[in-house]
Amino acid sequence: MTDTLLSANNLSVRFGGVLAVNNVSFDVKQGEVFTLIGPNGAGKTTVFNLISRIYTPTTGDIDYLGPQGTLKLTAQPPQDVASLGIARTFQNIELFEHASVLHNLLIGRHTHRKTGLWQDLLFTRAAREAELRAREKAEEVIEFLDLQHYRDSLVAGLPYGVRKVVEMARALCTEPKLLLLDEPSSGLNVEETDDMAFWIQDIKHELGITVLMVEHDMSLVSKVSDRVLAMNQGEVLAMGTPREVQTDPDVVEAYLGSIDDVSSLRRQTQGVSA
Amino acid sequence: MRFIFKTDYAQDINLAKHGGHVFWYSALAVFLLAAPWMLAEYSLAQLNLVLIYAVAGLGLMLLAGFTGQFSLGHAAFLGVGAYAQAYLTAAGLPFFLSLAVSGFLSALIGIVVGLPALRLKGIYLGMATLSFGFIIEEVFARWESVTGGNAGKSVAAIKLLGYDLGSGAGFYFVCLLVTVVCTLGILNLLRTPTGRAFVAIRDSEISAQSMGIHLAYYKTLSFAISAALAGVAGALYAHNLRFISPDQFNLLQSIDLLLMIVIGGLGSIHGVFLGAIFLIILPQGISAVKEFLPEFIGQAPGLKSVIYGSMLIIFVLFEPMGLYGRWLKVRTYLQMFPFYRKGMFKRQKSFQKSDRLK
Repeated sequence: MTDTLLSANNLSVRFGGVLAVNNVSFDVKQGEVFTLIGPNGAGKTTVFNLISRIYTPTTGDIDYLGPQGTLKLTAQPPQDVASLGIARTFQNIELFEHASVLHNLLIGRHTHRKTGLWQDLLFTRAAREAELRAREKAEEVIEFLDLQHYRDSLVAGLPYGVRKVVEMARALCTEPKLLLLDEPSSGLNVEETDDMAFWIQDIKHELGITVLMVEHDMSLVSKVSDRVLAMNQGEVLAMGTPREVQTDPDVVEAYLGSIDDVSSLRRQTQGVSA
Repeated sequence: MRFIFKTDYAQDINLAKHGGHVFWYSALAVFLLAAPWMLAEYSLAQLNLVLIYAVAGLGLMLLAGFTGQFSLGHAAFLGVGAYAQAYLTAAGLPFFLSLAVSGFLSALIGIVVGLPALRLKGIYLGMATLSFGFIIEEVFARWESVTGGNAGKSVAAIKLLGYDLGSGAGFYFVCLLVTVVCTLGILNLLRTPTGRAFVAIRDSEISAQSMGIHLAYYKTLSFAISAALAGVAGALYAHNLRFISPDQFNLLQSIDLLLMIVIGGLGSIHGVFLGAIFLIILPQGISAVKEFLPEFIGQAPGLKSVIYGSMLIIFVLFEPMGLYGRWLKVRTYLQMFPFYRKGMFKRQKSFQKSDRLK
């Protein structure tokens, strides 16, 4: 079981009367790209928020292979998730708007800080050294994602597509083992989505980072994913390779309506995906 | 126009980014060191006040401008520092020791106030700090054995190594030293992980948390540092006025402090100093203009408040970046002449930013 990085066991979340996630279980293996798909409101982002500890599950738990062996992720305080090697991006982009791109990336180095308050206040030699090290790491990520041109620009003035990349860069700066990408291609044009696919593959192959993502763009999903989990109404519909999931009758029904309504359409979708 | 050719990461880390900085800040240092011999006694006293308000402003700027937590009760911290200093120097503690203790005491109270701030945001935090200010003001008035109550308390001049510094050049240099040390400290913080954590909390708490920043710790830390600086400023303020009473630390003082950093420019250290200069010069300007106004305006009792209020409104409407933002525009205009364009500093509205956690 050492190749399992994260395993969710019977996760459920209830918000008042809404059962947002219902008894969801899955394993993410080390080094794979694992994608969650499903219609809007299926509970994909809620699963993300459970993993990054913004929400606490009503029942169930998450096991995670941390630096010191397997631990219950659901028992960790939210701010410790990053230092365990889990970084994330957000669907609506949550960058630090009034700071430069470089500044954002340096904040991503927070979990690796070596200096305390007093060293920072006096800007000792150790603080200066730590700053230089942090900058070197940030520059590596800038080079990896081709952000040299935007290094000193203020995030508030950047176009949407670039912000998406900056947010991914910031997540990479934490040197994660598991990267959570919440809809990496939303709002991107076709070329930018292609770039994103290359980067996700590079992140997997060159950096050896496991990727867990939520995505709607099926061409991107089938290009980069090793395994796909389809959800609807908070429940697991199907799990398997992209092709298996795309042709699963339950998944097709969730996206297109019941079989009776669209029996003719269904033949077409199977034709397209094949 | 200056083009900076970067060849070393240290260039981004050093405080002086280029030769221009070195030149102008050296010139400023020379002026400040020579000020007691160049300025008349009255102007020097005004400069003292600017420095003292700047120290308090640094604290509030760190809290409001860099951590995004507004405080409407900051005068209370100023008061804690002032009364602590008055009490401790009367008890015979040496100046710098009692200054440190005053700052520390203020920081402790800042932590106590910071604790509810962990759960409150925006207007609710404003209300909480406002009521805290009222409580502390009442404590100053009632705790007569320590504070002298509403009758006030007189404060001795600073004694250093047996010398009585009085209120002239000696006191000025103490203020200058404290201001420079505090400014450098804050500048250092802002270029290290601690300061970046503050900025992260200001811009997005949710992603700050997912970057591993402990929200409660850094918010409390920001309150503590902010209160400590206000306390130190309060201690100097007490020595400057030689007499303190509770009504000097009321709501109006808190609003003055907030006005100062907003007009100076939220989120910039320059803004603190520009705001402090503005705050000290404005009353002078008003009394100078008063003579030339028709009597029913010039002698109207609320004139000062009206001008303060309208100044704030004008700045918030037309120059949200404050005096420092205006200066940036003027500087860019001069550097780029004749290519400056009107919309250069316009920023894209962040349409996708959600307020769901505010």
